[in-house]
Amino acid sequence: MTGQKNKGGPGGQKRGGGKKPSKLSWGFLAVVIVIYIAVAFIDPVLAKKAFGIFSGILMQVVPVLVFVFFLLFLTDLFIKPEKIAKYLGSESGVTGWLVAIVAGIISSGPIYVWFPFLSEMREKGMKTGLAATFLYNRAVKVPLLPLMIYYFGFAFTVVLTVYMIVFSVAVGFLTGLVVETGDENA
Amino acid sequence: MDLQKSARKTAGSFAQVIPVLLGVLLFISLVNAAVPPEVYSGFFTGNPLIDPFLGALFGSVAGGNPITSYIIGGELLSIDISITAVTAFILSWVTVGLISLPAEMEILGKRFAIARNLFSFVFAIILALIVDYTLSLLGVTL
Repeated sequence: MTGQKNKGGPGGQKRGGGKKPSKLSWGFLAVVIVIYIAVAFIDPVLAKKAFGIFSGILMQVVPVLVFVFFLLFLTDLFIKPEKIAKYLGSESGVTGWLVAIVAGIISSGPIYVWFPFLSEMREKGMKTGLAATFLYNRAVKVPLLPLMIYYFGFAFTVVLTVYMIVFSVAVGFLTGLVVETGDENA
Repeated sequence: MDLQKSARKTAGSFAQVIPVLLGVLLFISLVNAAVPPEVYSGFFTGNPLIDPFLGALFGSVAGGNPITSYIIGGELLSIDISITAVTAFILSWVTVGLISLPAEMEILGKRFAIARNLFSFVFAIILALIVDYTLSLLGVTL
């Protein structure tokens, strides 16, 4: 079953989904903090400005992050691998692509807050390509379409949006192909 | 239903993701503070192939709210930067994440993260050219 095949991550790579934080996670944060401290010594105004931007983004991200983790909790509690396999698994066909496209379009917040959710879904059997298609469709921001029309016009917005949805399938298909081929060769 | 088990698993995911997310957010903020929007415009050459490539490159490095990419894109258009460069820029802004790549690699796997970002980068350029071609067929100019 796909869900079992995916356990432990593609190609044996480590992924999220309830594992302990790795040294890499903390190491990355530590490196960025060291960079901030260095910048604060060299250019305190820049460091203050950057920290101000960080606080602003954090305020926007926290509610979405809370929502995503609540969704993660509910998914783990109620959605069984068989359901995922049916609608988003390797046998899901056109339905899977449509579900990934619509879910990607309606999801909100920054792209990275959805990584843990997709990791969990993949562990439960979601087809790899569909995760990539979901992420690509996050580029289609329905609430921001009026703003895009304001800046670039109606024709540009419609043409770009339609192409983004079509090409999201290509990105998903190719990403899935690369990851799954790598898994088979591993 | 096993509430405790699910809560523990979610808390584990949370603990794994938070440090890397905080790192990504701090880094995005630093890049946005250090690179003002007008810096981008100085790099474009007017070449129909190099400009979308550069647009995609800048969009990949930058990050944050897509509204910012529309504003910068609008500014770039107003100073006669090509629509292919601007389209590649706003597309890669939302589909490619060099800054969030460490988080994506850590959570979704290295191969997945690199392949997805690479394909999104290439498609940002291809799509920009196709959008430009389609608009010219429709007789639309920006």
